[in-house]
Amino acid sequence: MRAIGIVLAGGNSSKMGILAEKRAVSAMPVAGSYRSVDFALSNMSNSHIQKVAVCTQFNARSLNQHLNSSKWWDFGRKQGGLFVLTPTITLENDSWYRGTADAIYQNMDFLKDSHEPYVIITSADCVYKMDYNKMLEQHIAKKADITVAYTHVPEHGDDLRRFGVLTMDEDGRIREFEEKPETADSSIINAGIYVIRRRLLIELLEKANSENRYDFVKDILVRYRETRLIYGYELKGYWSNIATVDSYFNTNMDFLRRDVRDYFFGDYDGIYSKIEDQPPAKYNPGASMKNALVSSGCIINGKVENSVLFRKVYVGANCVIRNSIILNDVYIGDNTVIENCIVESRGTIKANEVYKGEPGNIRIVIEENDRYRI
Amino acid sequence: MIRKEMIAMLLAGGQGSRLGVLTANVAKPAVAFGGKYRIIDFPLSNCINSGVDTVGVLTQYRHLRLNTHIGIGIPWDLDKNHGGVTLLPPYEKSDSSDWYSGTANAIFQNLEFIENYNPEYVLILGGDHIYKMDYEMMLDFHKAKGADVTIACMPVPWEEASRFGVVIAGEDGNIKDFEEKPPKPSSNLASMGIYIFTWKVLKEALIALKDQPGCDFGMHVIPYVHEKTHNCYCYEFNGYWKDVGTLGSYWEANMELIDIVPEFNLYEEFWKVYTNNDIIKPQYFSENAVVEKCIVGEGAEIYGTIENSVIGDGVVIEEGAVVRNSIIMQNAYIGRNTVVDKAIIAEAVKVGEGCHLGVGEYAPNVYNPKVYAFDLVTISEHSVIPDHVSIGKNTAIVGETTPEDYPDGLLASGQVIIKAGETA
Repeated sequence: MRAIGIVLAGGNSSKMGILAEKRAVSAMPVAGSYRSVDFALSNMSNSHIQKVAVCTQFNARSLNQHLNSSKWWDFGRKQGGLFVLTPTITLENDSWYRGTADAIYQNMDFLKDSHEPYVIITSADCVYKMDYNKMLEQHIAKKADITVAYTHVPEHGDDLRRFGVLTMDEDGRIREFEEKPETADSSIINAGIYVIRRRLLIELLEKANSENRYDFVKDILVRYRETRLIYGYELKGYWSNIATVDSYFNTNMDFLRRDVRDYFFGDYDGIYSKIEDQPPAKYNPGASMKNALVSSGCIINGKVENSVLFRKVYVGANCVIRNSIILNDVYIGDNTVIENCIVESRGTIKANEVYKGEPGNIRIVIEENDRYRI
Repeated sequence: MIRKEMIAMLLAGGQGSRLGVLTANVAKPAVAFGGKYRIIDFPLSNCINSGVDTVGVLTQYRHLRLNTHIGIGIPWDLDKNHGGVTLLPPYEKSDSSDWYSGTANAIFQNLEFIENYNPEYVLILGGDHIYKMDYEMMLDFHKAKGADVTIACMPVPWEEASRFGVVIAGEDGNIKDFEEKPPKPSSNLASMGIYIFTWKVLKEALIALKDQPGCDFGMHVIPYVHEKTHNCYCYEFNGYWKDVGTLGSYWEANMELIDIVPEFNLYEEFWKVYTNNDIIKPQYFSENAVVEKCIVGEGAEIYGTIENSVIGDGVVIEEGAVVRNSIIMQNAYIGRNTVVDKAIIAEAVKVGEGCHLGVGEYAPNVYNPKVYAFDLVTISEHSVIPDHVSIGKNTAIVGETTPEDYPDGLLASGQVIIKAGETA
């Protein structure tokens, strides 16, 4: 194998609001049946990268539970496997991961014990599909030190100010990095996917650490843009970062489009996730479905429009669910109306209630009523 | 070697010819059921849920699909270091090489497999019923009675008892006699084809009967043990149990799943049914979709209308299509403006645009009126139906058909199309 993979899944995002109370961004459910980290892991697996580490830190219980077996992504191999790297206290180190570079630095043994010449680094809060080998081929052809995948700001008009903006020369070498600019000339943004030679990564990380620098973008990419050959690689096709409430909502809604579903699920390199063994979804009299995505285990007795229902959602009679996302294992009592909301998982919504948000100002519904067991 | 108290032997070698073209290319236990399952998922899930972690699956007829479905047993947690699931097809021997000639003969040819685990009890299962049953409770009964054989039995309506093998048992469950499809049954306790044997009793019987042609449990082994010891017991089971051996009962069992509170409930958490599905993508309903009393599998895309139907994983129902009272299996495709009435459409079938399935008046099937009854249109897997044709009731289709196969654009009720090179 030519490369090992590192998936950065430790981050928190204050922009996720109360949704982050339950789980790390990387564990957020996406597109009905998946979690955000599944996209990065499936890309790794489909690119035949067999040794993959996931760095977790913030609120990782839900994420670790999801990663309890490597078999879903076909990483249960004798060579390689899935490594979950959490911060640990050692004789030399007594701190949490202080940044993305530090997260990798603290697991230096993982890098040093590998023999593969290259490392693919990706973040776990992005929804995309990619063959890393193609990026690696360009990296080798260009004799680059680091290759950074770039994309354009997502179609639903995401906020440019939360990304890193890149400027490249004609050859594709990255000349300028601007982190979270107020205004920008370019709409080309860093997609958070990097290829680097393993020995070079070790060298740069050790150097950064000795200077008390801990961030991969700021302290490696930006710092070395003049002295190292850093090239861009265009990520064609869908890409979205889910780390704000709006982009999380919009990304899920994107899966109501046939082209987006075909892109991710259409051909044989699919997206894998933990198998939950839920029965087929069931539609009883009174169910009405318009432009809706539904996962297995759901039982529907009401009206669902322009919405995404995750696994095992029960919708009572005469309910109206419109422009909303209902996360897994939610029970919704009869006659309840939900519009422009994200309903947090494992909740019980009482009968005869009305929950309404506004388009562009999505309401997050968290209810912890006693569960009515069916 | 770690000893296993009880291991299961699952008989999955039969064709199930009464399912007609559905089993043209796959063994009956591998036929799809209930949107995302295959029939064998039910006994396999029962095994692991009952704590039986060693299962031998005896295969013979067209076992490719079964092999790929079961693999090393991961979906059922039957990928064990010791035990787990083992596929047992017939094999060549130095002195003779025989197919499995009967249910008991199949077990006899795998004595070595069972001996490996040195069990005290052996559970014999069929691969053609839909039910949830705790075999451990049946084993407790077997042990409490000190029985040689325990037969799971189910009370059936008296008028139907003559279709089954029935047992006549005393108050305590001790079996007095058997009747095979009796015209005037003296009992309504039908054998479910599920047996627990004390292994040394079964082994002795199998060796004693080894020259019996077509050696069968119901016909030879159980009567032999009964004659010898009169120590056979009947374990009464009162849950849902459905034979899906005919197209009619197969269709009915699927339709029962869409009742508001189905008698056979797949939505209970404590007795899950597992299956091998690596597709887990969500299903989609378009702006113009209409759904009325259905169950729908993962990754299905519904642009048309579905009513009273069981829709499998990855099925596409195009705009304007109407599917009623039908079973559409995994990855089938129903073209635009096609109407499907009471049909069983097997896996990966492609139905073109503007077709009408299930038209016209009743007519008995010309090819095999016993199999193709119940007014069903039955289409074998990977078949192709061209655009703008009509298909009558009690019909069957196998293979890639073209407009030339439909004189005047119609396959009349009772007719059959079997393309060259295909079998039914």
